[in-house]
Amino acid sequence: MLNYTFDWSTITSGKYFDWLVSGLITTLKLSAISIVLAFILGLVIAVMRMSHNKPVRWFAHAYLEFFRNTPLLVQIFFWYFGSYKILPAAVNDWLVSTNFEFAAAAIALTIYTSAFIAEDIRSGVLSIPKEQMEASRSAGFSYLRSMQYIILPQAVRITIPPLVNQFLNVAKNSSLAMTIGVMEMTYQARQVESYTFKGFEAFTAATVVYLVLSILITALVNIYNEKVLNVHKAA
Amino acid sequence: MITFTGVHKWFKNLHVLNNINLHVTSGEVLVVCGPSGSGKSTLIRTINQLEPINEGSLVVDGMDLSDKKTDINKLRAEVGFVFQQFNLYPHLSVISNITLAPMKIRNIPKKEAEEQAMLLLTRVGLAEKRDAYPSQLSGGQQQRVAIARALAMKPRIMLFDEPTSALDPEMIGEVLAVMKDLALSGMTMIVVTHEMGFAREVAHRVAFMADGILLEEATPEDFFLRPQHPRAQQFLRQLLTPMQAE
Repeated sequence: MLNYTFDWSTITSGKYFDWLVSGLITTLKLSAISIVLAFILGLVIAVMRMSHNKPVRWFAHAYLEFFRNTPLLVQIFFWYFGSYKILPAAVNDWLVSTNFEFAAAAIALTIYTSAFIAEDIRSGVLSIPKEQMEASRSAGFSYLRSMQYIILPQAVRITIPPLVNQFLNVAKNSSLAMTIGVMEMTYQARQVESYTFKGFEAFTAATVVYLVLSILITALVNIYNEKVLNVHKAA
Repeated sequence: MITFTGVHKWFKNLHVLNNINLHVTSGEVLVVCGPSGSGKSTLIRTINQLEPINEGSLVVDGMDLSDKKTDINKLRAEVGFVFQQFNLYPHLSVISNITLAPMKIRNIPKKEAEEQAMLLLTRVGLAEKRDAYPSQLSGGQQQRVAIARALAMKPRIMLFDEPTSALDPEMIGEVLAVMKDLALSGMTMIVVTHEMGFAREVAHRVAFMADGILLEEATPEDFFLRPQHPRAQQFLRQLLTPMQAE
């Protein structure tokens, strides 16, 4: 028999509940900011990776290999503990006066994820028939504007399933930010556990939050697919 | 309007265009024909520089294509191109396919671009398809939308690269009718096609190519009744009576 009395009331009301909610809000903020920035940066890197300009292409290639092939935790530590040593004093002062932990975590998550997103988008672009580029070039669009209006909108549609995976990874990977003191969901659950010894309840709450967040992201992208992109009609 | 002078092009070791000299005047309809692999598609693709030339000079609407300072995007905006495989943008509705370039390149306001697109759609007989997507249209309908899309830029020249070759036989007529209507309106057109009925009826001049060489240029009447070059004679025999050839 279980020799443990569940006590959900500790975490469903009062101070500890407030901690968990503030953790949830931080996780949501961190994930949302990182997803949006990583997507934009990923698009830029993907276009650079396919550029006809060799230095630009090589830079993007090096960026991809570097950030895909080093652990996220190391990258978080690098931005948090390492970057201030090479930054000018004025920038450091400003960073410390804001929320530096949060910024370092957002930067690390954004850059790390953008490398994966760029590769997903690139494989999407390569799957678009070259005649689409010919058609838009012959209408008078430049290479970049052809990308913008014709190629990328089609590539992103194809890329949506792998992109959803990347977005889910951001939400879940954001828990690593607790290691540098960002007071997000996992940090707060651990905090509650330390104060109350109600580890099971606290981490069950965290688990449910991540689960719901992931399902929500998947559902949002699916709705966007159906309603905004008309994926089925434009198949 | 279009002048080729001593134009050469190679794909690796293959001499696809061999000393092409050709002049097309404003309002003229030129049909280019010849066996497959003769370089006729490459010829019209050089006109909007989908294929750059290696040697010689090519002047299109006053713009010299061998001059590096020529704004190639500006040239392409003046030259409509219709592909064998239509190449509509599958993620955009019919009306958006047509209005995209006028809005983004010519900076025409959306409302005006859509009004103009509807006029063009009516002209090609597809006004009721404005909100359909390319995948919902037949091949013939897609090609007519592609023609409307090219016309929306108000081009000075229209190029057609085997526009009916990918179509089922019963859809060829509807596309040729649109092209004939366009030719009668005075558009400068170069058409690569095997539709000899169209050539006979609409073209002012027929050019015959084989192995990258422009072998013959003649009025349709002369070309079909009195072909000069043996390759042209053979080509026409095969086209008219494919079962008896060779």
